[in-house]
Amino acid sequence: MGIVGNTVRSARFRLSRWVLTAILCIYLVYTLIPIFYVVTASTKTNADLFGTFGLWFSDDFHLRENLVDLFTMQDGIFLRWLGNTFFYALTSAIGAAFFALLAGYAFAKYDFAGKRLLFALVLGAVMIPQTALVIPLYLLFSKVGLLNTPLAVILPSLVFPPGVFLMRVYVEEAVSDEIIDAGRVDGAGELHILSGLTFRLLMPGFATVFILAFVAAWNNYFLPLVVMSTSDQFPVTVGLAIWYASATTGSGGNLLFTVVMAGSLVSILPVILAFLIMQRFWQGGLSAGSVKA
Amino acid sequence: MTRSLAGHRPRVIIGKKIAPYVLLLPFVLVFVAFLIVPMIYAFNLSLHKTALVGGTRFVGFDNYARAFVDPNFWSGVWLLVRFGLIQMPIMLSLALAFALILDSGLVYARGLFRIAFFLPYAVPAVIATLMWGYLYGPAYGPIAQIAAFLSLPKPDFFSENAILGSIANITIWEYTGYNMIIYFAALQAIPTDLEEASKMDGASAFTYAVRVKLPMIVPMIIVTIMFSIIGTLQLFSEPYLITNLARSVINSHFTPNYYAYTLAFTAQQYNYSAAISFVLGAVVAVFSYAFMLASNRGAR
Repeated sequence: MGIVGNTVRSARFRLSRWVLTAILCIYLVYTLIPIFYVVTASTKTNADLFGTFGLWFSDDFHLRENLVDLFTMQDGIFLRWLGNTFFYALTSAIGAAFFALLAGYAFAKYDFAGKRLLFALVLGAVMIPQTALVIPLYLLFSKVGLLNTPLAVILPSLVFPPGVFLMRVYVEEAVSDEIIDAGRVDGAGELHILSGLTFRLLMPGFATVFILAFVAAWNNYFLPLVVMSTSDQFPVTVGLAIWYASATTGSGGNLLFTVVMAGSLVSILPVILAFLIMQRFWQGGLSAGSVKA
Repeated sequence: MTRSLAGHRPRVIIGKKIAPYVLLLPFVLVFVAFLIVPMIYAFNLSLHKTALVGGTRFVGFDNYARAFVDPNFWSGVWLLVRFGLIQMPIMLSLALAFALILDSGLVYARGLFRIAFFLPYAVPAVIATLMWGYLYGPAYGPIAQIAAFLSLPKPDFFSENAILGSIANITIWEYTGYNMIIYFAALQAIPTDLEEASKMDGASAFTYAVRVKLPMIVPMIIVTIMFSIIGTLQLFSEPYLITNLARSVINSHFTPNYYAYTLAFTAQQYNYSAAISFVLGAVVAVFSYAFMLASNRGAR
């Protein structure tokens, strides 16, 4: 943006530009190597994975066979895991983003008793260690019979404090008090003002919180590891970790490293694609969050 | 669209006074049910002790007294302090440097770098650990292959001395881009009415970035350091997942969260595990508070 093409520049400027670009390229290689490795490993036979150079393809292109293995292994359980992850992440993220939107709007546009205390509580929640929450959740869910059900993963994921913080900042920026006052003059109820007048304005913020909550739920490992006990309820993170563990300890029988690699590739692609497609939203949303912080 | 639909319904008018409470209700409900209640339940657990004979009884703060002198817990905290002192400065200074470079407009293909550096954040920690586990592999990993090709000794990423660095590298890979995006967004929000970077040569653009822009995002840097401290002290997934590869180095109390997990789900000591979690929470609070005090003093 700040680059103007027509101005004449000194040699020093051009030099520093190339040097800095080169530095970033080095880190770019570092960033992409693990992902590239997963791509090449997914295309190899198990023998080639060990016998050929890791960061390049081998002559025997085996991607299709690995994918077939991946989706047929243990009666196609991998597809079930993918479906579970998608379902858990989608429901959690929709709920979390919607609740965060309502709460963030309330924090941004109203004064009420207990506002400061409640907001401090929400922010303080990020300091709580995972285990401090997940272990009592496990015990409580076992009492009410929710263990090993989708609700055991979805319900706790509806609590997304960073979303409330982001939405509050976003609403303060995006919705002017004049719009709300105009609605009041028209005699609209407060909730109708939100749904009818301002919801449209809130969509970018909502989308940002949705994406962040979706990624957090998609990547969640510790909670499902603890509350899910049968393979058919696992999300892909827990399932793959178990395959990986049995492949590394050699107890997996015919479970192959290449299948684990293909599974990793398949499970990161949707999130990466979602990020690329929706980058306008999350970049805008994150910058809104930075203005006040 | 929403409005015209709403117009046909009998309207329930909710006034200014109760509206915030109605709006907050769904979030507060889940917040209380799945955060506050479990915390209270866990705290109550931590005040009890379950024995095979005699069942559960109230023991006051006995579990905390035990935790305060438990070497397994404190060795985990000490490990994470050392881990954080390596990982955080590298990760955050890389993130800051990249954000300043991208913001200065002094490089080609800014958009590509910004997105590519952020991509690892979209990769689950489980899969990131798994990928690096393969890359580190002593038998077939590409790093070992290159070393063999160059007739160098194979690096052992899972040795006593290397393990912290190996895990730190995974987390640096995962979160540098995320922090970079936060810094970048903060830098972009600074009004550019002073001087445009594109009108300067490299040296003065550098001076401008470091002298003028950097000080303006210090509050954001403090926020990211806070989040890194909190995240570091809660480290679990990465060491847990590479345990199989580094059996001799990673034990069941490698980090405090790992210890609490083992206590609860291997040893069934839920009461003591709850106490450990609360002490860890207190350690996190103390570190965060100490950092806030230090940064406030530094700002004066």
